[in-house]
Amino acid sequence: MTITLNGAPLQTGATTLADLLHEAGFGPKVATARNGAFVPAGLRASTPITEGDRIEVLAPMQGG
Amino acid sequence: MTVLLAALALVALGYVAGLPRRLIGLMLVMLWLAVVLAHLVLPEGTGLLRATGGNLRGWLALGVVVVVVLGYRAGVSRLRKGALASVATPVPPASGPFSDTELDRYARHIVLREVGGAGQRRLKGARVLVVGAGGLGSPALLYLAAAGVGTIGVIDDDTVSNSNLQRQVIHSDARIGMPKVFSAQAAMTALNPFVTVRPYNRRLTADEAPALFADYDLILDGSDNFPTRLLVNAAAVAAGKPLISGAIAQWEGQLGLFDPASGAPCYACIFPEAPAEGLAPACAEAGVMGALPGVVGAMMAAEAIKEITGAGQSLRGRLLIYDALWRENRTVGLKRRAGCAVCGGVHPAG
Repeated sequence: MTITLNGAPLQTGATTLADLLHEAGFGPKVATARNGAFVPAGLRASTPITEGDRIEVLAPMQGG
Repeated sequence: MTVLLAALALVALGYVAGLPRRLIGLMLVMLWLAVVLAHLVLPEGTGLLRATGGNLRGWLALGVVVVVVLGYRAGVSRLRKGALASVATPVPPASGPFSDTELDRYARHIVLREVGGAGQRRLKGARVLVVGAGGLGSPALLYLAAAGVGTIGVIDDDTVSNSNLQRQVIHSDARIGMPKVFSAQAAMTALNPFVTVRPYNRRLTADEAPALFADYDLILDGSDNFPTRLLVNAAAVAAGKPLISGAIAQWEGQLGLFDPASGAPCYACIFPEAPAEGLAPACAEAGVMGALPGVVGAMMAAEAIKEITGAGQSLRGRLLIYDALWRENRTVGLKRRAGCAVCGGVHPAG
């Protein structure tokens, strides 16, 4: 299925948000949101990924 | 000479007695009329005529000049009133906390329905602390000063360097080597001498933060390292002050308003710990597009002005992602994290 990851289209076979993070190579120290809503780290494994989802993976930035 | 003294005496008496200006003016006109009448009626060479000096023509000329001057003034003031009446919003009285120069300076704010005179007064009364006088601090500080935020604190321990000037537009080539807070102060007071700038030429420490934050209503974080970001968040939460936090890397920026005291998350609810090494490089390592901090820092100032004046909807509980490379804005809704080590103990009032 096709989803949007950080604004760019992505083909993925991941079924949960946790799977997607693993597949895309993100570590655990990121913030995540699905369709504009924040998903706490503890809920990533139980958050499903479906066709057309907009996923944001936010790494904190330190630059100023 | 006698007439002049009489006129002066009339004016002085009028002021002391607190008579309206109009009445004093009327008395002066009557004095003038009496002199002119005397010249017309009395034969030449009379003592009274000599005492009133000059001749009839001189007195008539004086009258004409005064009438012309008063007429011009009345015309100008009528024009001015007409110009003001064409502006839809009420014009606040000049007797408020602002001088005429300040009213003129902030006129474009005051005509905004969401700001107005009341909002501009709030800006003048506001105290905002900006952490970091670098890329984000540059536009944020300049726009806060331009907006008339009454007291602006700025803390930074760095000095201006050549490689800063590609993006840190508050500084200048001539001020390379100067502590950034003093360079920023110079630029801000040059832009707006009606604001007070408090420079703190040092790195923010956990020891100092509580006393420093207590002096301000709103905190802006444009610092360039995680330890400071986490410290600023913890201190803002402890002081119960809202925090507008901006961050940038390469082509992308993040902006949020964190305020657990009003039920919104704190920075640590979203980013509880520093990222893995290499995932969030500093500007010096990863590079940063020069105008990016201009965009994000100006948005920090805009959110600060909204927060102070109460205009519109704030970024509380939302994180804005600005992607300059693909020209996209995305907003993510945020929630407080149960058991957050920083704000877990904060229970919003109401």
